[in-house]
Amino acid sequence: MSEVIVVTSGKGGVGKTTTTANVGTGLAMLNKKVVLIDTDIGLRNLDVVMGLENRIVYNLVDVVEGNCRIKQALIKDKRYNNLYLLPSAQTRDKTSVSPEQMQKLIDELKEEFDYIILDCPAGIEQGFKNAIAGASRALVVTTPEVSAIRDADRIIGLLEANEITKVDLIVNRIRMDLVKRGDMMTIDDVVDILAVSLIGAVPDDENIVISTNQGEPIVGTDALAGRAYMNIVKRIMGEDIPLMNLDTDNGFWNRIKNIFKSK
Amino acid sequence: MSVFDLFKKKNSGTVAKDRLKLLLVSDRASCSPEIMEAIKNDIIKVISKYMEIDSDGLDIQITQTESEENHGTVPAIFANIPIKTIRNGSDARSEAKRN
Repeated sequence: MSEVIVVTSGKGGVGKTTTTANVGTGLAMLNKKVVLIDTDIGLRNLDVVMGLENRIVYNLVDVVEGNCRIKQALIKDKRYNNLYLLPSAQTRDKTSVSPEQMQKLIDELKEEFDYIILDCPAGIEQGFKNAIAGASRALVVTTPEVSAIRDADRIIGLLEANEITKVDLIVNRIRMDLVKRGDMMTIDDVVDILAVSLIGAVPDDENIVISTNQGEPIVGTDALAGRAYMNIVKRIMGEDIPLMNLDTDNGFWNRIKNIFKSK
Repeated sequence: MSVFDLFKKKNSGTVAKDRLKLLLVSDRASCSPEIMEAIKNDIIKVISKYMEIDSDGLDIQITQTESEENHGTVPAIFANIPIKTIRNGSDARSEAKRN
């Protein structure tokens, strides 16, 4: 049985693409057959985050318009041979694809894959409608900022209106130093405000910048964010994993330990 | 941080949470400022029948309140209406009749 998950947020720049790349890679690491679809037509990004930008021949619009077969457009990942990417078109716009066409494409992919993960564009217009058309489940990504949370709330309402009932929240870019000082909302605050179930929290980790620079997902590494993503992946698969303490690695003793470790 | 900072003001995280809570209630209710204004004017009209109120000092907003039924919060209209003078019973009744 395959599951179709849309990764969405409303606001741009909160980490949808990074989340898609890491959740997808994590699922593939756990031996699931996964396809990632970049639905942000005109602003293609998932390919660079995955480090697959040089392998693109055909794209989503080519498939929908029948210029190629689905198989021809799917790019196999460098690291895992059960992970594929369907890239978006860079030179077209959102109206090139309709929700009905997306639905049809996803129905075909369902026969082949365990997980279909859709990277949704920012906004609530056509691109959003395309991305959610075939989805049965949603991961809403937000950061602990007023603007991102307000948009997430709107998105959650729209998902419900479109009968996507399985909605989980990812709180991204948590900074425990600010939370402790009282200058950032806590994970509980965000969950309380948005009133949806939390599936994980990801710390603001400089390793994400580094791994994105290199076109490598961070999931599976020992970095705090990498472990946080792996926990999210396991929870998506139904495992009951307790929330990790995001604070541990910044503690005084751990910092000292890390100094010795790095030598 | 000095001792005096402790008394200064709320943490910005708490401020953000409080602002969002209010904002989202009105977002969810999709209650436009025009509707709020209309509600406010109607409230003034009704209450003025019975007592003299300070219509400039009237504050009305949509907030959240604890609900006993489902152990959660529900939207509520909160109105703070300063009263100037309470008219005595018989006056109020006769004026209400006239209006």
